[in-house]
Amino acid sequence: MSEQSTQNKNSKMVIKLLVIVVGMFGFGFALVPLYDVLCDALGINGKTSNTAALYESVEIDESRLVTVDFITRTNTGMPWEFRAETRQVKVHPGQLNQVDFYVRNTAVTDIVGQAVPSVSPGPAALYMNKTECFCFEQQKLHAGEEMLMPMKFYVDPQLPENITYFTVQYTLYNVTATADVVAMN
Amino acid sequence: MTTATDSTHIDDHHDDDHHEHHIPPGIKRWLYTTNHKDIGTLYLWFAFIMFLTGGAMAMVIRAELFQPGLQIVDPNFFNQMTTVHGLIMVFGAVMPAFTGLANWLVPMMIGAPDMALPRMNNWSFWILPFAFAILLASLFMEGGGPAFGWTFYAPLSTTYSNDGTALFVFAVHIMGASSIMGAINVIVTIFNMRAPGMTWMKMPLFVWTWLITAFLLIAVMPVLAGAVTMVLTDKFFGTSFFDAAGGGDPVMFQHIFWFFGHPEVYIMILPAFGIISAIVPTFARKRLFGYASMVYATASIALLSFIVWAHHMFTTGMPVAAELFFMFATMLISVPTGVKVFNWVATMWRGSMTFEVPMLFAIAFIVLFTIGGLSGLMLAIVPVDFQYHDTYFVVAHFHYVLVTGAIFSIMAAVYYWLPKWTGKMFHIGLAKWHFWCSLVSVNVLFFPMHFVGLAGMPRRIPDYALQFADFNKWISIGGFAFGLSQLIFLALLIKACKKQGEPVSDQVWEGAEGLEWEIPSPAPYHSFETPPVVK
Repeated sequence: MSEQSTQNKNSKMVIKLLVIVVGMFGFGFALVPLYDVLCDALGINGKTSNTAALYESVEIDESRLVTVDFITRTNTGMPWEFRAETRQVKVHPGQLNQVDFYVRNTAVTDIVGQAVPSVSPGPAALYMNKTECFCFEQQKLHAGEEMLMPMKFYVDPQLPENITYFTVQYTLYNVTATADVVAMN
Repeated sequence: MTTATDSTHIDDHHDDDHHEHHIPPGIKRWLYTTNHKDIGTLYLWFAFIMFLTGGAMAMVIRAELFQPGLQIVDPNFFNQMTTVHGLIMVFGAVMPAFTGLANWLVPMMIGAPDMALPRMNNWSFWILPFAFAILLASLFMEGGGPAFGWTFYAPLSTTYSNDGTALFVFAVHIMGASSIMGAINVIVTIFNMRAPGMTWMKMPLFVWTWLITAFLLIAVMPVLAGAVTMVLTDKFFGTSFFDAAGGGDPVMFQHIFWFFGHPEVYIMILPAFGIISAIVPTFARKRLFGYASMVYATASIALLSFIVWAHHMFTTGMPVAAELFFMFATMLISVPTGVKVFNWVATMWRGSMTFEVPMLFAIAFIVLFTIGGLSGLMLAIVPVDFQYHDTYFVVAHFHYVLVTGAIFSIMAAVYYWLPKWTGKMFHIGLAKWHFWCSLVSVNVLFFPMHFVGLAGMPRRIPDYALQFADFNKWISIGGFAFGLSQLIFLALLIKACKKQGEPVSDQVWEGAEGLEWEIPSPAPYHSFETPPVVK
């Protein structure tokens, strides 16, 4: 084999291998949307949908009651008071309910907050349908301001029989530094 | 494998112009070198220096843990020591040592004159010292070095880390670039530079295992680069890959990290399998039992390594179905690994065994690596892992597979091929002292960690409950003894590099087979300029 052809073979192979390297670097980033898609599809992350559900021709399943707990917490560096006005509700699947959440900005500056929900056990997240939620967008409170934030939801009647009790937790994050322009106004 | 050569009837077409017959003097020889043997030597010495540096950090850790309470270092510095110890041992000691061995041995084993891409080879080594200079320098800066563990879990490495994290990220980028270049070089060399007649299934197992390792490297090092880049942008540029407030998820960090991290574990052990598969047949004076099954076992371990990553994350709250999948997939890996251990034992069975120093290390490897493998099998069991997670049991497990596994195999390899490299037999007395001191102390060091781990002592914490005091004292004594034992190795290597010792024959070891044993000892600066013909 001549030197020239070995050189050619080597460079071709290097290019192919570099394509793999670049591809795998991209794959690392592709894992980010892939992770969300998988978690959404399988409902394994306890994340509820970020868009409002429609409440149309939903049949109410009077035969069973589901207990839903609401827990609130604020992340480090979030000087808001945050609590659910109702800690626990017993609902029939399909029935529309409203729970109000109280927030008060205890700081001396205006702060933008973002609530992130998490459902436990995870599989119940797929059946937690919210028609209205403060967590869909960022909230702004002026210094010392307080507010009652409504959340309307219904439990999908398709909820598996073995789930009779689940917990919805909202964590409030301080997102003032990176807040959307809309929320700031 | 048949490796008899016949170089008498080869047409000699190569021209001498591109070979550097004049070696520049002094430091320039090493800075400019494109010779695979020089670069191999550089890699091996670099790895050894890093091994001693990371070892010194382990001594700090063991000194602090010698007795309960905080006495020597403050907790933040302790965390920096565990973090940088891990990073240095993984990326600075084990991986460069294997790359150094690959540089020295792969061309000689396949009958090639050099690596396929000698200039890139020079680059891939010379960026490494800079990576580690950056990492080590961060220890001396305000706020200290990385203190979030070598796994740099978010949010520890994003929200709760100091600005030195940027240095950590760039250091890892450079290490990754170096490994990727090294891996590309190994793959191209093995694909294109084999001597005539060196078919795939005649390649020595060290070459096979390194080829598979190199593919693992180019598949997962870019994912690591992606993970550290995300940490960098999360920390400094306002992205929220791992920040729940911005729609990200810290658990996702663990998925991305371990998608790299688990194949990485096999990157650090597959070449060791190749080394042991070379040494055991030599000193058992038998052919390797089950050559083909060794190749297939290596390949299946490599493939399986991509589907077991989440066994590092059983306690993050996965669905039961996922936990079962990752548990069974993990256990499945013990099948090809068991095939290997069986083959090594079967190779020794009724062989004419002698116990030269490389063989001592190889046998210690087989026994102690198997212990590490079995504790790994225990950790694979989901409910059991809930108890063992983040305890010293895990520390015991991965030190058995990495110290008495990877590191012992590297030492075995150095003792096995050192006479070929220098042309002189190493100081056998010192080598035996090194082996026996290491063997005893390494077990005093790591075995009791199983017990304190089962009893619930958490890892990465500078203080512990009183009931662990006695065991920790023994562990620390074992640690200091193991550290000191490596100075014997240092003395031996310095002697060897000064070319002291008895001259050796070309074959060096009576039962050694393979192309590298057919060239003169010491291996000439340029070997196989005319390719041998492998029958």
